[in-house]
Amino acid sequence: MIEVDIRQQLGAFHLDVSFAADAPIVGLFGRSGSGKTSVINAIAGITRPLEGSIRINDLLLFNAATGVDLPPDRRRVGYVFQDALLFPHMDVEANLLYGQRMRPLAERVIDEARVVELLGLRELLRRKPKALSGGEKQRVAIGRALLAQPRILLMDEPLAALDMPRKAEILDYIERLRDELAIPIVYVTHSVAEITRLADTVVVLSEGKCLAAGDVDDVMGRLDLESATGRYEAGSVLDTRVATHDSEFQLTTLAFDGGELVVPRLDASPGERVRARIRARDVSVSLRKPTEISIVNVLAARVTAVQEGTGPTVDLQLAIGGATLVARITRRSARQLGIRAGQELHALVKAVSLDPLNAGADRSA
Amino acid sequence: MVDLSPDELGILALSLRVALVSALCSLPLAIVVAHALARLSFPGKSLVDAIIHLPLVLPPVVVGFALLVLFGKRGPIGSVLDEWFGIVFAFRWTGAALASAIMGFPLMVRAIRLSIEAVDQRLEVAARTLGGSRLRVFASITLPLALPGIITGTLLSFARGLGEFGATITFVSNIPGETQTLPLAIYTFTQVPGGESQALRLSIIAVVLSIVALATSEWLTRRSKRLHGDDRG
Repeated sequence: MIEVDIRQQLGAFHLDVSFAADAPIVGLFGRSGSGKTSVINAIAGITRPLEGSIRINDLLLFNAATGVDLPPDRRRVGYVFQDALLFPHMDVEANLLYGQRMRPLAERVIDEARVVELLGLRELLRRKPKALSGGEKQRVAIGRALLAQPRILLMDEPLAALDMPRKAEILDYIERLRDELAIPIVYVTHSVAEITRLADTVVVLSEGKCLAAGDVDDVMGRLDLESATGRYEAGSVLDTRVATHDSEFQLTTLAFDGGELVVPRLDASPGERVRARIRARDVSVSLRKPTEISIVNVLAARVTAVQEGTGPTVDLQLAIGGATLVARITRRSARQLGIRAGQELHALVKAVSLDPLNAGADRSA
Repeated sequence: MVDLSPDELGILALSLRVALVSALCSLPLAIVVAHALARLSFPGKSLVDAIIHLPLVLPPVVVGFALLVLFGKRGPIGSVLDEWFGIVFAFRWTGAALASAIMGFPLMVRAIRLSIEAVDQRLEVAARTLGGSRLRVFASITLPLALPGIITGTLLSFARGLGEFGATITFVSNIPGETQTLPLAIYTFTQVPGGESQALRLSIIAVVLSIVALATSEWLTRRSKRLHGDDRG
């Protein structure tokens, strides 16, 4: 459980953020300049808020009113910086052990062998940071933070400096951490793909303020947050399970609360959870159930909200069973079809519109 | 050239001792001052900075005279040190070392300050979040990363001590075997008829000494940079 309620003035920028979250991975999401890094800097004790309090589980880290302000070295907060910040004069192993040496033996729950194994660092131990690739540096930085035996792990856009294959690799490692170690993670990013893949709870920040906090599926599907989540990125996340594979046509059927989705074959076994992100612009609607059409995913839906602006497009929020889907259509179509909230219709989802990064291991779709 | 007379060896040994002691004894204070100037902001910081740089711009004779007034046997500091601790600077080789230390201090602080300023402060922040106290982070991150500058600063102070003349001769006079370092001895020989060849021999020793010191510092700096995985420069 992490509770943050802070007000802070940073030059001309005013930060006023309040949220409480309890999840294995809490996503702190917003565009650059929205105050994400300022929030985790305050959690780590690198900067001091003007007012408010910060609490992790039952430990009070900061309270302006009572004057509680633990120095960074006593907060036990593992911070993974965007550019790793490994100590250049130490080899990888010395970097890893830097924080561990500061902890009494009794507190050393996570040991070096486990971290080396978990993050695949065995071959790197004798190398200097200079001789590491970006992805390797980031893995060492994560291991170094873990060995300091943190109560919580703060990750500040750890993938920002990496290319696509390295991103996917580090994402896999972060998922392993989540599954194998019981350390909550606060994950800062401006990428919808990373949030929807990793986070369970998401906090959306914009211009120093907290716009929304809650379950990732609910928050990312909300139309009123588009200005913060980005219009191009608008879409929704479905929590699905692999149902069946069709080997003849190389397709996989995903089941979710409300129906089924057919996607290009995934390298995942039946029953496995897959998060599927569907962009709003890849969903169209039809008043009648279409026949003789190439689109395979046609789902019965009910319009729950119509977000109309002055631009050429309109976003529809659709309820499909217990799941939410967003469709982006032209304003003219919406007018001609007479679409309004409460209406029953059919949502057309292109099978290829699943974001491959989020749909598990298959990245070729 | 290789066979030096006992007198020459004595002068050489005294010079090395004065320069080495002055450089090494002022190093800890220089590191503290350089760190404060590089990383802290406090009232009177520019005043401290100016005072430290004073020996660089004042005539050395003035510094020597000030030392004589303050650290002489009857001076306000000298008399206390003598009575309480039995430490005497006046007309002793330790006085020559003190004069060298003060003349070399601004050079030493400057080099160390620049190298501390060049250390990425975010590395220190990262070390703090990993559980390092301020002192520990300074010792394990800042200091090792500033090592090339510390070596350079020490060498500059050492070289300044080898060449120190004005402040030394004013403060501790020119006593053979006690305070007569290389420059003072060279000066003395130039004042005696027929002393030129002696002065030349000593001058050559001074040149060789300077080259050796420079080469040693260069080697140490390269070594420490390689240790950091840093092959800049």
